[in-house]
Amino acid sequence: MKRIIALCMAMVFAFAGLAWSADDTVRIGVFLPLTGQNAFGGQLELEGVQLANKEVNTVLGKKVEIVTVDNKSDKVEAANAVKRLIEKDKVQAIIGTYGSSLAMAGGEVSEKAGIPQVGTSCTNPLVTAGKKYIFRVCFIDPLQGAGAATYAYKTLGLKKAAMLVDVANDYSVGLSNFFKKSFTKMGGQVVSTLNYQSGDQDFTAQLSKIISEKPDVLFIPSYFAEGAIIMKQAKELGATFKIMGGDAMDNPEITKIGGKAVEGFVQTTFPYDPSMKDMNATAKKFTEEWKRTFLSKEPNVNAALGYDAYMIIIDAIKRAGKAEPEAITKALAETKGFMGVTGSTTINETHDAVKPIGLIEIKDGKKVYVGEVAPEL
Amino acid sequence: MNVETFIQHALNSLTLGSLYALIAIGYTMVYGILRLINFAHSEIFMLGAYFVFWGVTLLALPWPLAIALSIAFTAGVGIMVDKVAYRPLRDAPRISALISSIGVSFFLQNVAIVFFQAIPRAVYRPEWMEQPFILGNVRILPITLFVPVLSVVLMLGLLYIVYRTKTGLGMRAISKDIETSYLMGVPVNRVIAITFGIGSALAAASGIMWALRYPQLQPIMGTIPGFKAFIAAVFGGIGSIHGAVVGGVILGFIEIMTVAFFPDLAGYRDAFAFVLLIVVLMIKPTGLFGARVEDKV
Amino acid sequence: MNKSAIFLLNIAAVSVLGLFLWWAEGSLDGYKIQILNLIAVNIILALSLNLIYGFTGMFSLGHAGFMAIGAYVCSILILTPDQKDTMYILGGAYEWVQNAQAPFLAAVVAGGLVAAVFGFIVGFPLLRLGDDYLGIATLGFAEIVRVVATNVSGITNGSLGLKGIPAHANLWWNFGWCLVTLYVIVRLLKCNTGSVLKAIRDDEIAAKAMGVNVFRYKLLSFTVGSFFAGIGGALLASLVTTIDPKMFLFTLTFNVLMIVVTGGLGSLTGSVLAGVGITVLLEWLRVVENPISLGSFEVAGIPGMRMVVFSLALIVIILFRREGLMGMREFSWARLLGKKGER
Repeated sequence: MKRIIALCMAMVFAFAGLAWSADDTVRIGVFLPLTGQNAFGGQLELEGVQLANKEVNTVLGKKVEIVTVDNKSDKVEAANAVKRLIEKDKVQAIIGTYGSSLAMAGGEVSEKAGIPQVGTSCTNPLVTAGKKYIFRVCFIDPLQGAGAATYAYKTLGLKKAAMLVDVANDYSVGLSNFFKKSFTKMGGQVVSTLNYQSGDQDFTAQLSKIISEKPDVLFIPSYFAEGAIIMKQAKELGATFKIMGGDAMDNPEITKIGGKAVEGFVQTTFPYDPSMKDMNATAKKFTEEWKRTFLSKEPNVNAALGYDAYMIIIDAIKRAGKAEPEAITKALAETKGFMGVTGSTTINETHDAVKPIGLIEIKDGKKVYVGEVAPEL
Repeated sequence: MNVETFIQHALNSLTLGSLYALIAIGYTMVYGILRLINFAHSEIFMLGAYFVFWGVTLLALPWPLAIALSIAFTAGVGIMVDKVAYRPLRDAPRISALISSIGVSFFLQNVAIVFFQAIPRAVYRPEWMEQPFILGNVRILPITLFVPVLSVVLMLGLLYIVYRTKTGLGMRAISKDIETSYLMGVPVNRVIAITFGIGSALAAASGIMWALRYPQLQPIMGTIPGFKAFIAAVFGGIGSIHGAVVGGVILGFIEIMTVAFFPDLAGYRDAFAFVLLIVVLMIKPTGLFGARVEDKV
Repeated sequence: MNKSAIFLLNIAAVSVLGLFLWWAEGSLDGYKIQILNLIAVNIILALSLNLIYGFTGMFSLGHAGFMAIGAYVCSILILTPDQKDTMYILGGAYEWVQNAQAPFLAAVVAGGLVAAVFGFIVGFPLLRLGDDYLGIATLGFAEIVRVVATNVSGITNGSLGLKGIPAHANLWWNFGWCLVTLYVIVRLLKCNTGSVLKAIRDDEIAAKAMGVNVFRYKLLSFTVGSFFAGIGGALLASLVTTIDPKMFLFTLTFNVLMIVVTGGLGSLTGSVLAGVGITVLLEWLRVVENPISLGSFEVAGIPGMRMVVFSLALIVIILFRREGLMGMREFSWARLLGKKGER
């Protein structure tokens, strides 16, 4: 019986074939959630990577090829996907991913194999903590939570906050914690924290409760799908407080889904938005290129991060002078003042990008980039 | 908690509960006749919602026409599902059809992901739906009043079909004893197809209402409401039409009021229904109205 | 065939497997080793579900819940206190969670035992239910486990999950446990108990009439099944090295059910073969979702296609080959070597 299994396996692997690897191509793996609940973010980031690859498809005279795998918004799949990129496709560097827990699952594999991995929008501090090969082109949640709190308390003068947290989502739980820490440290008061679970569509019970507490601001560290519905229901129930959120709320569709209810909503974001007044040259180029490629689609910050992640790897390969994982890793760690779509990027000692925290407000049914905030930790 | 807040919670409960009730009726119809938990019901619910909004946004159809077409279309899908995936298994062990329905559920959901993408889509509601009536601090949305009325009307309509028409007679016969029904000349397959058609039309109607209340479409939108509505049907007594309505409304109240009175439990909200299910099954598996046999569909 | 010959053949087969693993460890790349590992874990899961459903006729959809329990217990035990200290950022872990420590073998067994205890507790009220009600109630149990795991962050670290779990689960551990599972379940089914379980599956009322304490046997089967589901979950946790409540959705149960149905309800051989086949198929089906380039012409990958094919396969199997790959037949040396003998 065992022999039969062994035979079956041997046959399967014989057919699996060996990865063909040539010296004249540089292969960059991309693992993103293209299906499952994070698919909308993953698809946007993939488009950004593809745009960057179209623009720069050679480095050091070699062709650059991107190999994409779907991690299905699932951690087991994420680890599998990265294994496959490394073992089978023999990639020299990896881009990914949207969603911190996915980045961590994949990161464990990259770290073991010694292949550099550049995160796009995974903002949880644990992603790069204690890792040699894991980097990211975005800022981290403690800064973002503090940024939102600083803006609410200092700029807008709001003293009483409530939070509605997706308890089934690590991003949401982490960000709400950092917001609360920073907000109470400044002297603000968090009057109520209520939970929900990803996929819920009825928030009326929680919102009615929050409204009866009369806060000045409601912080919702949600993904935009739920965030839009929360805002709609809050307005239906007569909420008058300010609502704020984090980077995961960033989506071109937000005004379409939210309608009038999202008017006045403020969110922290990475410093890029098509509505920015003074864009840097890279961002301008990206925006124009995007509009030429995707006629009906607005460019957005997730795509920008995908684009930046690709470009930062190319930049590192150029500086390293060869496309070897170790050399790329070393060069990535030394990245200083790289001009990306999301502004100047410097990789610090914990491998996170040092970036200003941007703010977007919905005014008259349009997303408006209102500027940046310096977070007080 | 003051009186106004409590009334607001009660209205929220009624809205959610009557939506559960709408979905639960469809489950109970099919179960009453075939003893089949139709897992695919929640996906049919999702398709119904999608069809309407494709109709309105892509084909620029007027609302009433889009709704009518969607319901017809979804009923067709339900009949097809029965024909392809359940009918060949009529003589098989009951669980085979259940496994098949789990397969169909995953299949439809992933087909939706392939064709519609997993990106949540916005639902455009007519302007008047967004305007709540305001009484003091209590806000009542039009849909809060409309959905319970619709649930009751559909319930009465179904009861009429089941107890006052020939098809209904066939349904009751099949639920009693399918073999004998064959022998007595009941067109079993046709009656079952009609049942699936009606059940799916109900799923579509509730999907549309759901999307109007929670204005967003996703391929996975049916899963959680579907499970909960099924539990509501079990709670009310599976196979009983008015039981499904009562069970749905009660489940809505349980969910919202628990969060209202014990805010710390809000994170456990999705588990309430399942706890209720296990408790009901342990104490009275026939549910609230399931004991009276003549009440079976 | 006499007993000693069979015994020798079995020893030989295990040795062949051992040799194969030794060869695989030395010369296959990590991705293929990962697939081999997943195969072993999936076989464990399929065998345990087959015992519950295929041999005892209890339609359980709660496998993911028991896996979650096993995975969490094992992970908490093999993570060091220091690791937990940095991980539990939501107000820290409970004292006893923080300091719980055990070697890998003990941790996996503990995972299985805790899952078995839960199986016993849940089985008590639920196993009286009829088949589809049992299915939906066990599904409910699995969902409750998931929701609780999400909320009790002092034990499970909530939605942040556990990360950096030591990757002890190598080929030897996984296939070792796979053999243990197979051995235990084969022994269980070969003795008198096995016949009773099958009798309950085929006709519960008749079994009752024969004076069998049906409930007790059902509970036994369910508890043993839960134990091995917990073992499978524990190994999976150490294999993937990161877990969180979202991992244990209904989809996971669906995959295991698919293996059992494909292999054949009531055939251990079928579960083993299907465990290999489906795991490989699931990996291979990724091809459908990846962009395929034909020369300069690029066909975009279709996200979601993999599960479409997968669920369609399940429907087709249920419609056209309900008995699955093996029906209820089992592998035996006698038949393989073409000798007349008992099955």
